[in-house]
Amino acid sequence: MKPAPFEYFAPDTLEAALDLKAKYGDEGKALAGGQSLIPAMNFRVAQPSILIDLNRINELRYIQKNGALLIGAMTVQSAAEHDSLVAQHAPLLFEAIPNIAHSQIRNRGTIGGSIAHADPASELPVVCIALNARMRTQSKTGERWLEAKDFFTGLFTTALQHDELLVEIEFPYLPVNTGYAFTEIARRHGDYAMAGVAALLTLDSNGNCQQARLVYLNVGDGPVDATQAAASLAGRKPTQEAFQVAAKIASQKEMSPLGNVHASAEYQRHLSAILTERSLAKAYERARTSQAS
Amino acid sequence: MSQILPITVSINGNQYQHEVEPRLLLVDYVRQVAGLTGTHVGCEHGVCGACTILFDGKPVRSCIMFAVQADGHELMTVEGLTDDEKKLHPLQQAFWEAHGLQCGFCTPGILMTLLPYLKENPKPSEAEIRDAISGNLCRCTGYQHIVDAARLATEKTHST
Ligand SMILES: Cc1cc2nc3c(=O)[nH]c(=O)nc-3n(C[C@H](O)[C@H](O)[C@H](O)COP(=O)(O)OP(=O)(O)OC[C@H]3O[C@@H](n4cnc5c(N)ncnc54)[C@H](O)[C@@H]3O)c2cc1C
Ligand code: FES
Ligand code: FES
Repeated sequence: MKPAPFEYFAPDTLEAALDLKAKYGDEGKALAGGQSLIPAMNFRVAQPSILIDLNRINELRYIQKNGALLIGAMTVQSAAEHDSLVAQHAPLLFEAIPNIAHSQIRNRGTIGGSIAHADPASELPVVCIALNARMRTQSKTGERWLEAKDFFTGLFTTALQHDELLVEIEFPYLPVNTGYAFTEIARRHGDYAMAGVAALLTLDSNGNCQQARLVYLNVGDGPVDATQAAASLAGRKPTQEAFQVAAKIASQKEMSPLGNVHASAEYQRHLSAILTERSLAKAYERARTSQAS
Repeated sequence: MSQILPITVSINGNQYQHEVEPRLLLVDYVRQVAGLTGTHVGCEHGVCGACTILFDGKPVRSCIMFAVQADGHELMTVEGLTDDEKKLHPLQQAFWEAHGLQCGFCTPGILMTLLPYLKENPKPSEAEIRDAISGNLCRCTGYQHIVDAARLATEKTHST
């Protein structure tokens, strides 16, 4: 199918884009990489009457560090995938990105677009929650900083207002003695995953778990932050048994997978549990080696 | 009242100037307006890879971009590989020799994916080749001969 007609604007500056957002509000849909929006328009699931193409706004394409890693919303996913600052300062993000779709799609799809789209099956919102990322949004009248947990408000919905754009994402560095891992399972490489988890594990000076974080994709109406499972690890020895307990709490008590044609809800729980153990083991290994060095 | 916008696009080194509706998909522009039907369109939602072309040197899905977004940019399609049908590009020649295609529907997308990939990764392993083409569906070959063709292409490049 072909998209329904729309009016098209391609502003060169953020200021001009914000003027258009102020004028058209919800009618004026931002077009980032288009890798989610245009398929939806081809299906006519989405029929925006006005598109504001952000691709000419080069000021929104950057990766910098300034006490945290800062990524401009229009940075394409493949640029972050091969960036040494991302590898060094946000290794969890670095590990997650190659799981997004295929290389051809990552060449066009943006970091900000994936986050603003807020698909519960997506990798980046999960990474944002796990790292306590902050989103900078801007409108003609000013800017706001939002914590990831306040930004994602449900299925494909965010706290973005009608006249706002997401302009920057701030990823804090990992705390010391912290290991990380992102693992997922998809039917075929590049497909949306049936289950996936981002894990962080911080060790104390005795080598025990000090704190942990476990955030899941595709098992709720947004990223699922399994706080009870993570809390069960605090003060524990980082053993496989402890990881199994956490996996069980997360998969049985803290998620509500819907199941689909590729995986029943029960199977998604099963995969999430297995991936929890794998992610925690990997995160532990990394924490241990970082502590040793 | 529908909006019409002028665009200038370079495809395979040639300049094209047209006026298009913003909703015209890039793949439909390439095939129907520019008349370059080597690029195929399969699923129209980014899944199959048949429409893969190079956009400023990088492989992208032309079915999930608009023609207006190509204004001022450089595209390369499968027709850009050679202008002499009797003398194929080494990558095409490898596909010919290794039987890397049957019906050929997926082939343009796979060639345009492999072209920059093999330039950047001149000696990929079989697993890496499979990963590189994982975004391109083929209903005929079972992929083995495509992988063989990609390998043959790398050997050809190294022996010349
Ligand atoms: C075949 C296929 C497989 C895929 N597989 C995966 C996968 O496994 N995992 C995954 O995470 N994604 C996957 N994707 C989606 C891909 O990652 C998209 O790139 C991403 O979801 C959206 O980013 P985009 O830049 O393309 O945004 P767009 O499609 O342009 O926009 C998406 C939405 O966000 C809004 N938006 C975008 N940018 C902003 C902004 N700066 N401010 C305010 N609103 C904004 C748009 O208005 C729109 O509503 C897949 C896509 C395809 C076609
Ligand atoms: S036609 Fe573009 S990906 Fe299938
Ligand atoms: S050769 Fe027929 S689809 Fe690949």
